[in-house]
Amino acid sequence: MISQLTIPERRLALTILVALALGGLLLTIAGQGDPIGVHGLMFLIAGAGGAFLVIAGYLAPEPGPERLQHYYDEPTKFGIIMAMIWAVIGLFVGDWVAWLLVYPELTFDAGWASFGRIRPIHTTGVIFGFGGNALIATSFYVVQRTSRARLPDQLSPWFVLLGYNLFCLIAVSGYMMGITQSKEYAEPEWYADIWLVIVWVTYFILYVRTLARRKEPHIYVSNWYYMAFILVVAILHIVNNLAMPISLGQAKSYSAFSGVQDAMTQWWYGHNAVAFFLTAGFLGMMYYYLPKRADRPIYSYRMSIISFWGITFFYMWAGSHHLHYTALPQWVQSLGVTFSVMLLVPSWASAGNALLTLNGAWDRVRDDATLRFMMVAAVFYGLSTFEGSFMAIRQVNALSHYTDWTVGHVHAGALGWVAMITFGAIYATVPWLWKRKAMYSAGLVEVHFWLALAGTVIYVFSMWNSGIIQGLMWRTYNESGTLAYSFLDSLVAMRPYYIARAIGGLLFLIGALVGCYNIWMTIRAAHLHDPAADSSVPVPAPALQPGE
Amino acid sequence: MAVEERDPHSGFMTTGHEWSGIKELNTPVPRAVYFFLIATFVFSLGYWLLMPTWPTGASFTKGLLGADDRKSIARSLEQAEQARAWSKKIESADFAAIQADPALMTIVRQSGRTLFGDNCAVCHGIDAKGSKGFPDLTAASTLWGGTPEALMETIRVGINSGHGESRSAQMLAFGRDGMIPRADVENVTAFVQSLSAAPGSIDKARVEAGKAIYAVNCAACHGDEGKGNAELGAPDLTDKAWIYGGDTQSIFNSVWHGRQGQMPAWENRLSPVDRKILALYLADLRKPRP
Repeated sequence: MISQLTIPERRLALTILVALALGGLLLTIAGQGDPIGVHGLMFLIAGAGGAFLVIAGYLAPEPGPERLQHYYDEPTKFGIIMAMIWAVIGLFVGDWVAWLLVYPELTFDAGWASFGRIRPIHTTGVIFGFGGNALIATSFYVVQRTSRARLPDQLSPWFVLLGYNLFCLIAVSGYMMGITQSKEYAEPEWYADIWLVIVWVTYFILYVRTLARRKEPHIYVSNWYYMAFILVVAILHIVNNLAMPISLGQAKSYSAFSGVQDAMTQWWYGHNAVAFFLTAGFLGMMYYYLPKRADRPIYSYRMSIISFWGITFFYMWAGSHHLHYTALPQWVQSLGVTFSVMLLVPSWASAGNALLTLNGAWDRVRDDATLRFMMVAAVFYGLSTFEGSFMAIRQVNALSHYTDWTVGHVHAGALGWVAMITFGAIYATVPWLWKRKAMYSAGLVEVHFWLALAGTVIYVFSMWNSGIIQGLMWRTYNESGTLAYSFLDSLVAMRPYYIARAIGGLLFLIGALVGCYNIWMTIRAAHLHDPAADSSVPVPAPALQPGE
Repeated sequence: MAVEERDPHSGFMTTGHEWSGIKELNTPVPRAVYFFLIATFVFSLGYWLLMPTWPTGASFTKGLLGADDRKSIARSLEQAEQARAWSKKIESADFAAIQADPALMTIVRQSGRTLFGDNCAVCHGIDAKGSKGFPDLTAASTLWGGTPEALMETIRVGINSGHGESRSAQMLAFGRDGMIPRADVENVTAFVQSLSAAPGSIDKARVEAGKAIYAVNCAACHGDEGKGNAELGAPDLTDKAWIYGGDTQSIFNSVWHGRQGQMPAWENRLSPVDRKILALYLADLRKPRP
């Protein structure tokens, strides 16, 4: 990896790593006796370890200018492998949490293994670890090809990917030690948040620089979505995490917001994290890999535009539907309802655009599990956006809120849409990256597809049942005017669905493991057959003419 | 220079651009999309007119329907209050009168079950049958009395709870604190076990030896017959109901290490009516059924 950097880049890398190590040392010393000290040590180890690697490779020959004729795909390869590693971690912990709800003794009496700590490990592992790495990796791949431009330098993509994974590691290890801001999907504390801001701004600049170097007159749809994802996530992350730490030696901080303002800021963040992290980014992925794999033109350019602006505009207003019937003023809630309803139209237009693109390629959908992953993802995207708009209506929310229905809805989106489109994109891109004709085994892709689909369907159906039963039990009165069921009654009623849910999750996890094996074997085959495969990257069309 | 071409499958033209082999069709947006965009916007417009939605600086648009969450929750609470008009009756009537009134007892059984499930079942189980360390509330004997009055008082103040008037009781650690030697603990264990065991199933010599130990050390609280004493919270040793288990080892442990169970006080957590309903519910549960 070091040999791919130019000498000035190696120098800069060394500076950054030494700075990181010094920052870590500072936190370690200031944070003695506080869990932040452990994280200081992790920063220190990451910085110092990285610095040693750079020094060790410092004198290696510089890459020649011929590298500029190739796309820079090494970071993408790394990102995809990390995505799969995080997928396994995140899904494993997720299934553990699911079984924990059936067998509460599965914490093994360890504090770090309690529900409140491992649940955020699951969410961070799958959303940020798996989803984030997949988004960053594919965005590098897509932006280079659709711009016909190489990433502008060799250092910043590595900084983004390695820095991002360090953030994920800090986040997840912090939960086990009890470090959390108690904000859903924004649990990491102030110092981890500051680190992510640095990483993310670098990502943004890198992306804009690549786009600025493009040799195509127009910016392809995928890049609009990736850009929206990068830009808005930066805004959300910075605003929602404004906080004042107790001291530089303590992990705990206090939010800049309080009471209902804090709740609203959190759910403006939370809902738009769904919108721009889990939707816009993955739409970018879909707009590249689906037409590419189907070998069909996008059904409608115009529909792409309408949906893009519809989604970016409407989503921003919809966050308040997470706080129906709370202390949030009624007008904020009902305003959120209307925007959530309008949001359905651009969402379905996107899903429709994807499915209509497959017209003329349905035979491929039938034969090719990779493309089928993407097709099913588009279907689940349509389903869960409909469900989301429906649940945003206050009267529906009165039944669904705080129940497993919400959990089912999230997983219809996360498993059915996000994970499926990602697996599709990864199966498409791995052979391209490692210069193989196809994946090691098409049969195993098929096996993964059916495991993932079965797992998702079992999961979602059990949570629908559980959630609606729960919601009804909580609001049923007897003739005396008292609630007919105690909370315990509803727990007893949920147990069979919890078992089914955990089985669904297990199938999904097994599918991911099959995927890992298949990817591993594909990469291995690439190295066995062509020892030089590692350093050879696709050569873009030799005559780089502007698109038209 | 964009080069549009016709897509042979759909018959539409492309936009003429190409990115990494991907082209886009210039298909017009389907009418349905416009229709639903307009429809949802009209719905929103109506909603904005009728409901409180848009901020206007310090205030907000109130909406033509005059919907107001504060008012509607107040109304709901009022209705709920009316639906529970019977709670006045339960509050004022004495236990016997309520127990004689089938209509009120139906209410007690319905509300009591939910109250019990939400507050007591965590320890005593949803069926009130308890588990190890937590008494079976349906058993024939109780620690502090099974009348509705006694039950209500136990719920109010708790047991060893820290409440000012808490019921308090302690089984001394006879063995651990060296009050009686180990052999005597074993003998008294045998005696206590013999009180509820099938005649002849326990070693006679030990039972005999234990009897004397019992009379000196245990009878003061548990009574000469071992029937317990609700005044002191001393359990009946002659029945089959055991809080900490009735096998030899468990009884030995109780005598050796002593016991001091706790139950929280509910005075500040449940209203008097709710506590009364729970007492009646438990008393009703304890009634032998055919």
